[in-house]
Amino acid sequence: MDAIMLQEKLVERLLCPRVRTARQKEKQYVGFATLPNQVHRKSVKKGFDFTLMVAGESGMGKSTLVNSLFLTDLYKDRKLLNAEERINQTVEIIKHTVDIEEKGVKLKLTIVDTPGFGDAVNNNECWKPITDYIDQQFEQYFRDESGLNRKNIQDNRVHCCLYFIPPFGHGLRPVDVEFMKALHEKVNIIPLIAKADCLTPNEIKKLKDRIREEIDRFGIKVYQFPECDSDEDEEFKQLDKELKVSHTMMTRHFSPSCSFHCLFLCSETWTVVEARGQRVRGRLYPWGIVEVENQSHCDFVKLRNMLIRSHMHDLKDVTCDVHYENYRAQCIQEMTSKLAQDNRMESPIPILPLSTPDVDTEKLIKMKDEELKRMQEMLNKMQQQMHDKDQ
Amino acid sequence: MNQQASVGNAMMPDTVVSSGVGGMYGEKAGGPVDFSYVGIDAILEQMRRKAMKQGFELNIMVVGQSGLGKSTLMNTLFKSKVSRKSVLATAQEKIPKTVEIKSISHDIEEKGVRMKLTVIDTPGFGDQINNENCWQPIMKFINDQYEAYLQEEININRKKRIPDSRVHCCIYFIPPTGHCLRPLDVEFMRRLSKVVNIVPVIAKADTLTLEERDFFKKKIREELQANGIDVYPQKEFDEDAEDRMINEKIREMIPFAVVGSDQEYQVNGRRLLGRKTKWGTIEVENIAHCEFAYLRDLLIRTHMQNIKDITSSIHYEMYRVRRLNENNTAVAHTNGLPEHHLTAHEM
Repeated sequence: MDAIMLQEKLVERLLCPRVRTARQKEKQYVGFATLPNQVHRKSVKKGFDFTLMVAGESGMGKSTLVNSLFLTDLYKDRKLLNAEERINQTVEIIKHTVDIEEKGVKLKLTIVDTPGFGDAVNNNECWKPITDYIDQQFEQYFRDESGLNRKNIQDNRVHCCLYFIPPFGHGLRPVDVEFMKALHEKVNIIPLIAKADCLTPNEIKKLKDRIREEIDRFGIKVYQFPECDSDEDEEFKQLDKELKVSHTMMTRHFSPSCSFHCLFLCSETWTVVEARGQRVRGRLYPWGIVEVENQSHCDFVKLRNMLIRSHMHDLKDVTCDVHYENYRAQCIQEMTSKLAQDNRMESPIPILPLSTPDVDTEKLIKMKDEELKRMQEMLNKMQQQMHDKDQ
Repeated sequence: MNQQASVGNAMMPDTVVSSGVGGMYGEKAGGPVDFSYVGIDAILEQMRRKAMKQGFELNIMVVGQSGLGKSTLMNTLFKSKVSRKSVLATAQEKIPKTVEIKSISHDIEEKGVRMKLTVIDTPGFGDQINNENCWQPIMKFINDQYEAYLQEEININRKKRIPDSRVHCCIYFIPPTGHCLRPLDVEFMRRLSKVVNIVPVIAKADTLTLEERDFFKKKIREELQANGIDVYPQKEFDEDAEDRMINEKIREMIPFAVVGSDQEYQVNGRRLLGRKTKWGTIEVENIAHCEFAYLRDLLIRTHMQNIKDITSSIHYEMYRVRRLNENNTAVAHTNGLPEHHLTAHEM
């Protein structure tokens, strides 16, 4: 909000013809330091969007985690299927969209759910619908970006995928490995250990180490925190270090991979309990209370901070700059090789698959065509006239 | 529904919520947790951080006859020697035979914000005896920049940040005749307002008294309107009522009457930029004397981002649509397909 007020004040100064004596202080000040604020203002007006995918077997607590992260209730009317109904179920893709506003900033949050993943008896290629969905979103964006009317492109690309690993095993299962290998070049994967309140701290540590080691062994590229520059302020550096250290060894060569362990609230209600004289959110067991926001109990706070408060923009950037660009390069190469096969002329601009035009675009195209025709006719007339004059 | 439950004393957890980075995430350090705060607004800070790291780019073109003070104005605007004349060591000013395009780039920084400023000068504009088509090299230059950006954009392996050499803003210098616009001014602005943001200014405005200045401005505005010339801020690109209100006020003041100077003088015990004459000192940054401060605020402090946005989302997009249509038409012709066939099937 202060960015807007600053804008307002600046515009006032622009428009009111009062002689300003305070300007002497700004003698050497040109004023383009306000540029970040100008960009700010636009973004606040437009709002942001973010698409998060959650994948994992049923009962891992995906819905509850999403609800806790964003403090909304996205799954009010959900019906849970029993075992028989699930035998022949295929993996579906379900999108929930919710608009959240906080302190003047609007976020259009889309959660892509994948019910049915890993639930069937035979889970061969159960990740295929998911990779297809992600590719579809890339393709849609590619078409929009190459089209004629680019004013209001909707960005439905998946920015981040939270993958839930069950805590009961001894590391990654084959389906986990295959899933992550299929998706790690298409989306930012963040692996989580679900329902970790059934593990002791030692078991958690062992499991994390095991998982990290397996991730490296199989060459899976999970989302990495960008390195900090030296000019970042101290707090940010400290936070970055904490995030990295708490989950991995940190060297320049070894890409830090991050696995959070999380526990969640009970599904229908948020239990607010009294603990140490404070109200906290947690799960009430006969042997104690597991606090959601206690960092020594689970990494929920770290996950939330990283996902929302410090790296949301970076997740979007990596999706845009790396995953989408890879897809696009692949797509264009496929297209140009097909064109070469069809023996058509090499055009200076490759003919890209334009989106089916809407009425406006068609009108525009017709207009331009007519203009071109008119100009051609005029040119012809002029040439005629010149010929006549010469003769 | 919140359920309240209290724990027996025997089972008191003994750890404290760590709040090492409380301040950064809006949590009150050591205080009770805010149950309803997600933290979405932190994305603004993330964007800001990224923008500061990347820096900004700005490309300004100055057009006008020689001797109108274009280079001096650029130097005054950015408080440093950014113009062509300061960089090149040419001894004398020779009027070139055709319009040349000379661009000079500087990296400037202020309060941690880095900017790559490119000043594009056009010596020779309007200086010949026959000035027909003197705008053509300029139009070609602007379109060439759009073309370069387009080529980079459709490349298979494109750069993360496409270097932006598109002309964001063209400052057109009107000589202070005091009467009205000249045919050359009208011709130039009419053609170029379609491809770039034009900001007209009255150069060397210290030759006009205040009444003459107001009269001149009114005449100019009338002529611009009569000829259908849309200068920045264009009416059709106002996004909402707030923008419209702000921009209306600006539109009532254009063209700005400016005086440029890079020399400082003592005035009332302060050192100010100005021009010293026998009848007084003209202070450049005094809005009672000239409107330089308004121009600077408009260009730099409030509307810089907006200028860049209009260039990229409107002027550039129009160029792109035109180019894509041309290309599709060309391919259709070589393949022997009539155009309407192309429209239906290829698009």
